[in-house]
Amino acid sequence: MKKTQINNKPLILDRKVSRRNFLRGSAALGIAGSTAGLLTMTGNAFAAGGKRGGRLRAGIAHGSTTDSLDPATYENNFTIQLNYGIQNHLGEVDAATGAMVPELAESWEATNGAQTWIFNLRQGVEFHNGKTMDADDVIASFQHHMGESASPARSLLDQVSSMRKDGNNRVIFELSGGNADFNFVASDYHIAIKPSKDGKIDPTDGIGTGGYVLKEFEPGVRFLAERHANFFKSDRAWFDEIEMISIIDPAARQNALATGEVDTIDRIDLKTAHLLARQSGVNLEEVTGTKHYTFPMRTDTAPFDDNNVRLALKYALKRDELVEKVLYGHGTVGNDHPIAPSNQYHASTLPQREYDPDKARFYAEKAGGVKVQLSAADAAFPGAVDAAVLYQEHATAAGIEIEVVREPNDGYWSNVWMNKPWGACYWGGRPTEDWMFTTAYQGGASWNDTFWKNDRFDELLLLGRAETNRDTRRAIYYEMQQIVSDDGGAVVPMFANYVFATTDKVGHSAMAGNWDMDGAKYFERWWFV
Amino acid sequence: MQKTLKNLSSAPLSAKFGMVVIFIYLVVAIFAPLIAPYGEREILGKAYELMSSEHLLGTDNLGRDMLSRLIYGARNTIGLALIITALAFLIGSLTGMTAAALGGWIDQLLSRIVDIFMSIPALIFALLILSILGTAMPYLIGTIVIVDSTRVFRVVRASAMNVAVMDYVEVARLRGEKLPWILRKEILPNITAPLLAEFGLRFCFVFLFISALSFLGLGIQPPTADWGSMVRDNATLISYNDITPLIPAGAIALLTVAVNFVVDWMLHKSSGLKDVS
Amino acid sequence: MAQRIALGLLTLFVISLLIAFGVELLPGDLAQEILGQGATPEGLRVLRLQLGLDTPPHIRYLDWLGGMVTGDMGLSLANKRPIAELIGPRLSNTLFLGGFAAMIAIPIALTLGILAALYRNSLYDRGVNIFTLTSISFPEFFIAYILILFFAIKLGWFPGISNISSELSFLDKLYRTLLPAASLTLVVVAHMMRMTRASIINLLSSPYIEMAHLKGIKPLRIITRHALPNALAPIINVIAINLAYLVVGVVIVEVVFVYPGLGQLLVDSVSKRDVPVVQACSMIFASVYIFLNLSADVISIVTNPRLLYPR
Repeated sequence: MKKTQINNKPLILDRKVSRRNFLRGSAALGIAGSTAGLLTMTGNAFAAGGKRGGRLRAGIAHGSTTDSLDPATYENNFTIQLNYGIQNHLGEVDAATGAMVPELAESWEATNGAQTWIFNLRQGVEFHNGKTMDADDVIASFQHHMGESASPARSLLDQVSSMRKDGNNRVIFELSGGNADFNFVASDYHIAIKPSKDGKIDPTDGIGTGGYVLKEFEPGVRFLAERHANFFKSDRAWFDEIEMISIIDPAARQNALATGEVDTIDRIDLKTAHLLARQSGVNLEEVTGTKHYTFPMRTDTAPFDDNNVRLALKYALKRDELVEKVLYGHGTVGNDHPIAPSNQYHASTLPQREYDPDKARFYAEKAGGVKVQLSAADAAFPGAVDAAVLYQEHATAAGIEIEVVREPNDGYWSNVWMNKPWGACYWGGRPTEDWMFTTAYQGGASWNDTFWKNDRFDELLLLGRAETNRDTRRAIYYEMQQIVSDDGGAVVPMFANYVFATTDKVGHSAMAGNWDMDGAKYFERWWFV
Repeated sequence: MQKTLKNLSSAPLSAKFGMVVIFIYLVVAIFAPLIAPYGEREILGKAYELMSSEHLLGTDNLGRDMLSRLIYGARNTIGLALIITALAFLIGSLTGMTAAALGGWIDQLLSRIVDIFMSIPALIFALLILSILGTAMPYLIGTIVIVDSTRVFRVVRASAMNVAVMDYVEVARLRGEKLPWILRKEILPNITAPLLAEFGLRFCFVFLFISALSFLGLGIQPPTADWGSMVRDNATLISYNDITPLIPAGAIALLTVAVNFVVDWMLHKSSGLKDVS
Repeated sequence: MAQRIALGLLTLFVISLLIAFGVELLPGDLAQEILGQGATPEGLRVLRLQLGLDTPPHIRYLDWLGGMVTGDMGLSLANKRPIAELIGPRLSNTLFLGGFAAMIAIPIALTLGILAALYRNSLYDRGVNIFTLTSISFPEFFIAYILILFFAIKLGWFPGISNISSELSFLDKLYRTLLPAASLTLVVVAHMMRMTRASIINLLSSPYIEMAHLKGIKPLRIITRHALPNALAPIINVIAINLAYLVVGVVIVEVVFVYPGLGQLLVDSVSKRDVPVVQACSMIFASVYIFLNLSADVISIVTNPRLLYPR
């Protein structure tokens, strides 16, 4: 898709996810579901470590001839996975616990009301060109995304007022305001740590500290790398070589897996996922993350400036039918706010909004009747047009008239999204509540696609960001979710799972849910059994 | 009238078969709302219900009746393809014959314009135009007509060139006949055969072009049913031995074969050949 | 001839103008496409500056034209790679696949067409007709899926995708591209075969054929010696159209077989608004087309000398 950002699936639900993986995996092993099969699967899924060797070939749904190695340009799964293959970051999401843990940093510490952040760097880490990583490299790598840069990470780093080194292995950040989640920000996937020369990195040299050394990169076609002999993690990067092929067409991707041309593929065509899972030698994997689909209404434009209209529309949708027909069951219903069930402070006690034609009719009448246009294209999310058509059907039963306007895929994000009064949208989600709300719900934020402004919400946002007490934070974020759900401009019908597949030769531990394909780090984490 | 009937009854079996098929398709297309058990866009139940007495071909991914969509698809697909092919032929053959008959700078000018259009790959051309103007039906039709009429122009011009250098055309010209007369009376009758053959094929190419556009996301837009998109939407099922995509594809194939059977027969008649050779 | 070549160059020039300003007319620009949903006004401003999109389009076009004349295709706007380097391997892949398909398709089409004309209305004629008509009634991607289903998944004779790279030997390349070449063959054979058949049948009622007939010449000889040469003009034209198609129209087969050809590059560049790459690809496609046409015209004239003296 057009945009994807780090989304983290922290803490609480990890157990659940891994178990779910395990169950799905064992189901995928065959109709027989023999005990032997289950045992193999157990060995597979929970083995502590891997085995070296082989070339892992991945067929990935993304990749464009305009891709580049420059970390400031990473925007699709192809470049993000390539990034995690050859480069590392200050921190990474731990697959087993979902927590943010140090990677190139050895430890970090926030002081001064989370306004000063100290990162202690791991020592003796070697780049592919033989240079040893130090504080200058880290600072230069951050600077690549600051100042006059087109990097999407630039707005994240606006809060950094100064950055300095303290010795060769320590970097200290001063922020303009307290941010208890800055370790997440500093580990954003764009900010890959690269070797510097005279205070600057060469963004397109493809050199990093990662488990694999770049051998070949043909944008939009393929990427090939071989194992980095001096990789600093001893229990990662099991393959001798990794290869990624861009296979845009979903049927071609599934054919490639079926004929053994590749060992793993992403973005399974949900329509045929159950059939793929039945094939022998194929394991279907499914992870719930923070990816969600929305129908954002412009709250600054009539009739959506009237909350009665927004509520009428929120009650006029059968969310479960959308999950069943658009996601083919591979997802969960949303509750009109962007915080996923897997998020740390998800408001699980907030009542689920259900389809209620009577309430919808009540609010519609209060607003003096509702007759609106909904703009959709499959560029917004796969099945967006179908979802809009279903929405139209549901709303009709409540006396609400929705006209579905099919927009062209091409140019959707520049011409429709944030331009038309009501449209469809895709959010990769964000690792933290603060990040998600700041990006798309804070009054005046540049990606606030509902143009919504709520004073109480904005006040709570600042309080929550600097708060370090977990219980207080939970209460704050709970209230914010309620406000968005009852007053906000976005209809959030569902959270979509990541669905991908591997051959049964591939081994792995618990899968991370912060990105598609095991947190996009499968090159490092998987192995051949 | 009687002559026509006699002609029809003397047609070979294959042509009769073709005509019957075309007739059935036309009836289905015209009376779609009466024949279809459910509405084109009506969402009736669960997704992917199997074939049953209630839904003869099952339901699609949104729970719409497949049979009804297939029937409505006949209307949309045939109507569109027919309009486009007819327009493309009107423009392409008129300009093509004119270019061949007149020659000189008019021929040069028309040929160069067509060259320019044709040397831009059709899909890319359509991609550009439809991205600029949007995928509304008139633009879709206009774009494919332009693309196809250039192809028709080439074939017609090439065939007509051979005729235009014939002595009898020269004689007609010397006799002082006007251009429309020459086109109608001398050139057209002598190139009917390749023209008809081209028409039969062009007709299916239009189907295919629309489905290719759908493949790239620019064809007929849902929820409107059309066969090309129905093949596309269900294409992945074929890898799992599910024949669903074969039904709309088969509908296209049957019509193509039928149209070309009839065309063959007319071709045979117009070529002046008697039954045996 | 010289005049023709000059006209060809003029056509190329007009196309380059049309494409340049056509892409310029598209909603959105490269910066917006790269940033996608993540675009902010500030990010757009900086990226446009970096990409050089702040120069007016006509200046960029003139720069490009100047480079093109001196044989320099310039750099891709998006990743600053030389376009020649980007296009080179793609072009050779495309020509390889197109050539391969043509080698299979043209002989088959001509043979089938001539035989169909010879044995018209026979069972053979009907059979070939139905087969070719059915094969072109299926959308390309569908033919490709069916071939993959049978020959790659069920039988396992061929790979399911044709991702060739430079390290493969020639024979390996042939092996890996056989399925896409076969799909393309199925797509183009019908058109050429039917035109061959129709053109020949059209001539069979001519007096000179009847004469040859009366002289007792064998039907096959009549067709190959007397009818075919005179029917060549439309046949060659259709072959030229289909050859051009094999080079410029194979985007979908490329997508389904994951074949790294020029078509995908062009579609990708159009959707990303990378104007110089779109320009370069279009120029190549247009040149191929013009060259094939020119050859078709020349061969037509050779076979029907009367065409040489137009009034």
